Amino acid sequence: MNNIEKYNNIFASVFNVNVEVLNSDFNIESVDNWDSITQLTLVTELEDEFDIMFDTEDILEFKSYDKGKGIIGKYDIAL
Amino acid sequence: MKTVSKILDSKVCLITGASRGIGKAIAERFAQEGAIVYANAREEGSLDTWATSCAKEHNTVVIPLYFDVTDANLAKQAIIKIKKEQQRIDILVNNAGLVSYELLAMTNVEKLREMFEVNVIAMIQLMQLAARIMTRQKNGSIINISSIVGVQGVKGQLSYSATKGAVNALTKSAAKELASDNIRVNAIAPGMVETERFKKVFDEKFSHRIEDIAMGRLAKPEEIANACVFLGSDLSTYISGQILGVDGSTNF
Repeated sequence: MNNIEKYNNIFASVFNVNVEVLNSDFNIESVDNWDSITQLTLVTELEDEFDIMFDTEDILEFKSYDKGKGIIGKYDIAL
Repeated sequence: MKTVSKILDSKVCLITGASRGIGKAIAERFAQEGAIVYANAREEGSLDTWATSCAKEHNTVVIPLYFDVTDANLAKQAIIKIKKEQQRIDILVNNAGLVSYELLAMTNVEKLREMFEVNVIAMIQLMQLAARIMTRQKNGSIINISSIVGVQGVKGQLSYSATKGAVNALTKSAAKELASDNIRVNAIAPGMVETERFKKVFDEKFSHRIEDIAMGRLAKPEEIANACVFLGSDLSTYISGQILGVDGSTNF
């Protein structure tokens, strides 16, 4: 499994959706169950998967599928 | 050969401000009780000799970690290092802090901000980081070193007592938030403690304050450390959100 597949699978698992719905419109505004709890769960799962530890600022800014890709990139993980 | 059980056996601990006084006493007591101790100080190399002898004396691991607690990036790197080396953090003791003595009219706002930065903001940041590891473990104990003046207030220490009042409030809130992950958060509120630094101040300025202590003496740093051992250990698994006074029944 490559990194983007890992990233997508974690999103799909945390938000209980199919990977097909993951796109630029997938964000805190458009996803009903995207709240602080799911956001922290998402962060934890990604940290464990990629063996990284987000800065607090990155956790706070992790509010969309696309934004998350950029944040992951900061930790030298190529998606 | 009979083995003696130690109540912090193999628990992984981070203790900030461990170069002297209460912090150093906590680190030594934790090592004595078998903990794996990560001892923080700001000055590079300042704990090296002590850590080696402490580890040897107590047959455990004592590792110096040099960083300024107000540097969020360095604090994060320290937590990552512990996680990589031990795969867990069982106990965080937030001890690093600044203290000052001044009347309200003499309170310097810049110094007040600096004190909040060290005593409160840095404490919260370390709690954030450690809690992220502890949440995964579903276990952990966070001990914040407060002060009796944060509970009672005292004439001539407005800035310091304000920061310690904040420590008490954040301790209670964090305890409520983290309880579901089996992370306990407590504070210890020492009274006047006979550290090298405070003893000098006490003798010069506050010797009359001995009247305020029902037990009639200053605390030994080890007596504060003993309370930390208890709150860090499995003897206190149902205790969270408490501000434990260790003050010899002091009343300002």
